[in-house]
Amino acid sequence: MALDRWIALVFVAFCCIYGYTAFFTMDQLLPPFMQRNPVWPSTFPKVLAIFGCVVGLIVLLGIEKGGDTASDSEIDYRKLGEYKVGQAALLLALMVAYALLLRPAGFLIATTGFLVLGSTILGERKFHIMIPTAVLATVGVWYLVQEVLGIFLRPFPFFMGT
Amino acid sequence: MLEGIFIGLEAAFSIQNLLMVIAGCLIGTFIGMLPGLGPMSIIAIMIPVAITLGDPAAALILLAGVYYGAIFGGSTSSILLNAPGVAGTVATSFDGYPMARKGQAGKALTIAAVSSFAGGTIGAILLMIFAPALSSVALLFHSAEYFGLMVVGLSAIAAFAGTGQVAKALMMTILGLILATVGEGALFNMPRFTMGLMDLQSGISFITLAMAMFALPEALFLVLNPLRGAAQGTGGKIENLRFSRAEGKAMLPVIGRQSVQGFFIGVLPGAGATIASFLGYAVERNIAKGDEQAEFGKGSVKGLAAPETANNAACTGSFVPLLTLGIPGSGTTAILLGALIALNVTPGPRLMVDTPEIFWAVIISMFIGNLVLLVLNLPLIPYIAKILAIPRNYLIPFILFFTLMGAYIGQNNATELLMLVGLGIMATIFRFANYPLAPLLIGFILGTMLEDNFSRSMQLYDGLGFILDRPMTLGLLILAAILVLLPSARSYRARKVARNVADGD
Repeated sequence: MALDRWIALVFVAFCCIYGYTAFFTMDQLLPPFMQRNPVWPSTFPKVLAIFGCVVGLIVLLGIEKGGDTASDSEIDYRKLGEYKVGQAALLLALMVAYALLLRPAGFLIATTGFLVLGSTILGERKFHIMIPTAVLATVGVWYLVQEVLGIFLRPFPFFMGT
Repeated sequence: MLEGIFIGLEAAFSIQNLLMVIAGCLIGTFIGMLPGLGPMSIIAIMIPVAITLGDPAAALILLAGVYYGAIFGGSTSSILLNAPGVAGTVATSFDGYPMARKGQAGKALTIAAVSSFAGGTIGAILLMIFAPALSSVALLFHSAEYFGLMVVGLSAIAAFAGTGQVAKALMMTILGLILATVGEGALFNMPRFTMGLMDLQSGISFITLAMAMFALPEALFLVLNPLRGAAQGTGGKIENLRFSRAEGKAMLPVIGRQSVQGFFIGVLPGAGATIASFLGYAVERNIAKGDEQAEFGKGSVKGLAAPETANNAACTGSFVPLLTLGIPGSGTTAILLGALIALNVTPGPRLMVDTPEIFWAVIISMFIGNLVLLVLNLPLIPYIAKILAIPRNYLIPFILFFTLMGAYIGQNNATELLMLVGLGIMATIFRFANYPLAPLLIGFILGTMLEDNFSRSMQLYDGLGFILDRPMTLGLLILAAILVLLPSARSYRARKVARNVADGD
């Protein structure tokens, strides 16, 4: 079974859970006065769950015929072994680390670290260019967002005040 | 009307006001390039500056410059990085980004600038002519008709899908609609599908989803397969700004049609630039001939010109209800309404009578804003396009950083970043399986509006009676059904013909 049909299978399962919530558990919390309404918070999700199951099954069973399978030949999961999966996974892990560290470490340290480590993962070794660029870009973006636009970004780590 | 135009010209053409519009365009373009800051937030940020000017005409001229600049800036990040920062420029990335990947980034930006200019200018002319008459038509649209219009907008997605892809596109649309039901709906004030998480209470933010669907998978693919980015390295071509005479000729009818269509969609409150750009793209794709149709989504000149024109024309159209009825039709015009009231001007039916100089100054400032934008940005395009010439070891971390920032600035919530990564991984898997992602985002954007209007009509008519009671709604729903079934019917007929030919041979 091809990847797209596996996804359709997961989607149908997801719609069943979504539909179960909409049909059976959501309305228990509905206050009595709202039950007199012709439309409930669960009405639209119910419709979506049914449509979702039908469309998902059409894809899963391959009812719709024809079509171009590989429109973008440069992206093909069958060639995943030839791709640099490790780099991509490391970058994703770095993004998660950035999300978790942004508040505690402060914007300046977290962002500079993210940019430097990001290019290191990609194989950049010219640290004498990379570190100044990262610092400059970080401070520039911070100045623009915080000082010019007035959106608060905590610049320093938590122990150095706001 | 002539008299009015002269009043407007007099108000707009002073050295101070010209400087205002230039400053506004530049600020708008540069801030608009940052994903996450759309025209709405930039105008909101500029309001204190505008109010301190004191003169309503000057303030409006500054804000108009910022507005048009921001829209162009948003298109820039859509085209260069596949990171649409605003819903209205999502359709721009469908063909703009493939063009940039082919090494035609300069040309793509020029086309975007020229079609935005044309859309905005033709829109402003239509605004001058039709503003008073249109305000009464827009009032005929009730929630039931809006519901119908949204369904048509969603069905137009079938037009985005290639042959044999309709079911997949519909599946993605439904997933988008499902994601839109997360959080508290406007009509019910009840958290739904939040799984008890506080962070999901306000739903998934548009910008997080847009970054996760488009920018993040694209950056990941650049990492996974370095050859994919190789096409961009053709440095010399990037600076080539001109489009050929033939391409100009192909664009001309598109610009003409989409300015008018976009403007009239923009007039309807709530519909706005997003629907206009998607419908514009869908319509042009459907009426294009065989070869040209195949080109859509792979870097078609028409496919880029259509949403850009429609988007800008619709932005201009959204001023009609604001100026004539005092009803803001979009988020941006709502903020402008706030600015106008702060400046002691009340938009509404009396505006044209009581303070004609302001009404006309707004319209003239639209012309000036568009013109200045074109003149300022054309020389800047080669420098903007050079972003792509940055070595990929530097470019990719920066793209990832900007997607993270885009999601973070809007909400100031670090959980949003984790959601971005999660949704981004999901989007990458979808891309591997050849699922189209644009329908998901369109479904998500229209989902809330669709449900609100559906629920409101259900409440007003105490059931589904509104479908039969309001002929316009019924007509729109029938149109939607035709749009969904047409591609399948067409491919079925084509297969049948092919089979018959095979049998005959």
